[in-house]
Amino acid sequence: MPALLKNLSRKLGMMPFGFHGGVEVDQRKLTASMAIEDCALSPVLILPMKQHIGEACTPLVHVGDYVKRGQKIARAEGYVAAPVHASASGKVVKIEEHRIAHPSGMGLPCIFIEPDGDDASETLEPWEDWAERDPGELRERIRMCGLVGLGGAVFPTFIKLVRDQRHAVETVILNGIECEPYLTTDHRLMLEHADEIVAGLAIIRHMVGAREAVIAIEDNKPDAVETMRRAVVAAGLEDVRVTVMPTRYPQGSEKQLIQAITGREVPAGKLPVHIGVLCQNVGTAQAVFHAVRHGRPLTERVVTVSGEAVPRPGNLRIPFGTPVRFVLAGRGLEDLNDIHIIHGGPMMGERLRNIDVPVVKATNGLLAVPEPQMSSMQSSEQPCIRCGHCSEVCPVMLVPNLLADHCRNDEFTRAEQYQLFDCIECGCCSYVCPSTIPLVHYFRYGKGQLAQIRRSEAFAEESRLRSEAREQRLEREKQAKAARRSRVRKTHAPAEPSDNNATGKEES
Amino acid sequence: MTEFALILVSAVLVNNYVLTKFLGICPFLGVSGKLETAIGMSFAVMFVMTLASTASWLVQTYILVPLDLLYLQTIFFILIIASLVQFIEMMIHKTSPVLYQALGIFLPLITTNCAVLGVALLNVQQEQGFISSVLYGFGAALGFALVLVLFSGLRERIDYAPVPAVFKGSPVALITAGMMSLAFMGFSGLVKL
Amino acid sequence: MTQFVAAVSSLGAFALVAGIILAIAQKAFRVEGDPMVEKIDALLPQTQCGQCGYPGCKPYAEAVASGEADVNHCVPGGERTMLQIADLMGVEPKSLEEEAAAPMLAFIREDECIGCTLCIKACPVDAIVGAPKQYHTVIADHCTGCTLCVEPCPVDCIDMLLKPELIEHWAWPLPDTTRARLGQERRSQHAGAA
Repeated sequence: MPALLKNLSRKLGMMPFGFHGGVEVDQRKLTASMAIEDCALSPVLILPMKQHIGEACTPLVHVGDYVKRGQKIARAEGYVAAPVHASASGKVVKIEEHRIAHPSGMGLPCIFIEPDGDDASETLEPWEDWAERDPGELRERIRMCGLVGLGGAVFPTFIKLVRDQRHAVETVILNGIECEPYLTTDHRLMLEHADEIVAGLAIIRHMVGAREAVIAIEDNKPDAVETMRRAVVAAGLEDVRVTVMPTRYPQGSEKQLIQAITGREVPAGKLPVHIGVLCQNVGTAQAVFHAVRHGRPLTERVVTVSGEAVPRPGNLRIPFGTPVRFVLAGRGLEDLNDIHIIHGGPMMGERLRNIDVPVVKATNGLLAVPEPQMSSMQSSEQPCIRCGHCSEVCPVMLVPNLLADHCRNDEFTRAEQYQLFDCIECGCCSYVCPSTIPLVHYFRYGKGQLAQIRRSEAFAEESRLRSEAREQRLEREKQAKAARRSRVRKTHAPAEPSDNNATGKEES
Repeated sequence: MTEFALILVSAVLVNNYVLTKFLGICPFLGVSGKLETAIGMSFAVMFVMTLASTASWLVQTYILVPLDLLYLQTIFFILIIASLVQFIEMMIHKTSPVLYQALGIFLPLITTNCAVLGVALLNVQQEQGFISSVLYGFGAALGFALVLVLFSGLRERIDYAPVPAVFKGSPVALITAGMMSLAFMGFSGLVKL
Repeated sequence: MTQFVAAVSSLGAFALVAGIILAIAQKAFRVEGDPMVEKIDALLPQTQCGQCGYPGCKPYAEAVASGEADVNHCVPGGERTMLQIADLMGVEPKSLEEEAAAPMLAFIREDECIGCTLCIKACPVDAIVGAPKQYHTVIADHCTGCTLCVEPCPVDCIDMLLKPELIEHWAWPLPDTTRARLGQERRSQHAGAA
């Protein structure tokens, strides 16, 4: 009977559906009550040519050029791409490869800007009448402003904001979950810029023509729920639902959130739009508002600087390209001995081995944690005791221990049969594993190897086609030559040998 | 109807040919390295065993007994089995060359698979009706398929385990087979015919 | 005597029936060509480099399928290809004779090129463009790194360079733990079984 009641209340929208597995993590939201501050301007800004998922951009400026804040300095190449804009006015001092926040420690071409401190800016024409404008026009504006998903996936936003006849978007979900420990950027944004977020939501809804709109917030942020509810009413959007979700990691993951709210699962290998849902981060909604209403490109974002090792944690609005070292120094962290710096949240982020990398569009948090705290978590791997905790907490219902076995032994076809590519790398399995097996690390290894195998297979296939085409061409040429020869011989029977040789030479 | 169900249960679990009668050990150890191969082999054996028990019952009842030629039983049955194996070999070669390569020598060796001949011989000894014999042959094949697939699954996992050097490969496989056999002893007494 | 006739005739008749059925089946299930060649060819890296001693990947696949060649001659394919072919053929893996070198690319020093088109003719995948008396250049995306163009060049202006590593193609290494290494050891033992 209670199950029936539960089902009924879910159907009526009184209770969220939830998702499989997940873990309750220690929240540690140290910065939840700290207002967003502006970060000081760094003496040099390093802007990587790729801050999104997709293809890298091409620089449009040259060394010595003067640029304004918001000026486009790199052009997007290909469809899945977002252009890069200068995040402060100043002079381009060099364009060269520089390390970025990437686990490989490799670099990308970057544009170095020396800000002059004038803060001269360049914006596009502000559109107050966005409601009368064509969604396609708005989409182009969002593309030009270089907007990407600010939740951490950095997928170009304009791609998702489309009216597709085959897959009409019915529900827009605004993601204010922020389930990673420490991080409070979305929380603070909702408290301080609720009106802009709601306006952004209205624009997104107008663009995709969605009937329903939901703002999802976890129950550990009651003040944000209250503010958002008020903002929704103030904007006259009474039909927007502000849903309170029970706190659970990884609820902020797109597919899990969609499942928790609509009760429907995004099929493997498909996108949310295939089930008529669009999911955007609250930060992205605010950026959409700024891009459309004020014509302001994406040049800065809010980053949580936190962790037990930071003397003055806080939520900072940081221009892109600011070196991490400069940001941390500004919060009183200079001595980095025995301290781990994490780019992103503690569950899904990456440890930074070099902190001269710049803050980019993907940076939602910069955490500094004392080393002992980290090393206890990643002590040596013990044999699997088959307790099954990893399967219980896996939000995509995989069998992590078997999957890790396959990856460890390079049995990649098997790993694929066990749906390796459905893994969202949330880290729940590694978090609960009593044998401290680095499960997610194994999955990343497996995914990387499989991707490499796929690439080499595709290349081999292409080479095979090229080689076959070449052989056919040679065969054709040979036949053509033979045919010509016999023709020549037939027409003038005592053909001069010099003639024949000449044609033969030309041929080859 | 109950009788038929009992025959099936008895042939699959209680009197499992591999684990309680110890017939057909050769492919059981030979092709259980990979799950896909084991499944392919299971289907081949299922096909051969069911048809062999059917044909052998017919031959027994309509040729051997009326003509009083029971001393030719073995040679007749081997003839049936060999023809069936030839047939399925051609079929697999045509339909799935990869499986054909994977099964390799074990495919023609179904001919001398003692489980197949054993089923045919024991079947006619029990002097059952036609349907019961067909069902018995099919059940025995199902039992073979079941343990083969289970065993290959186990072996795939054992392959990942840090087995001590002396036990690597066949020894640990034999130990596993022994333990499976012990487990299947638990089914004895389940069916009383 | 009747016993003997009955025995021989029944067995003979039965064998005849079985034989006829098999003969029909043989016709029905005839296998055209060798389907294994295609499968092996699909596993090979298609560099067409000839390091296996055969003129290309397809001829090597044919040789392997017919049992003429061993499975371990493909140098650029490395251990992985060898294991896959061995698995497909159902034979024991053999250790490789040569270690696969890092992926390479051909590069033409253009100011030294005399435009003789000899390298263009040597390239098995048509990855070099150019015309007589014009500079030639290698299309990096199509080059398989087979080195076949290096020798024909009369002025030795072709270099083999390491393929540049791209950040997009970077892959996570295996975790550095004892158990991870155990898995790798198992794999290499399989590979070096013979």
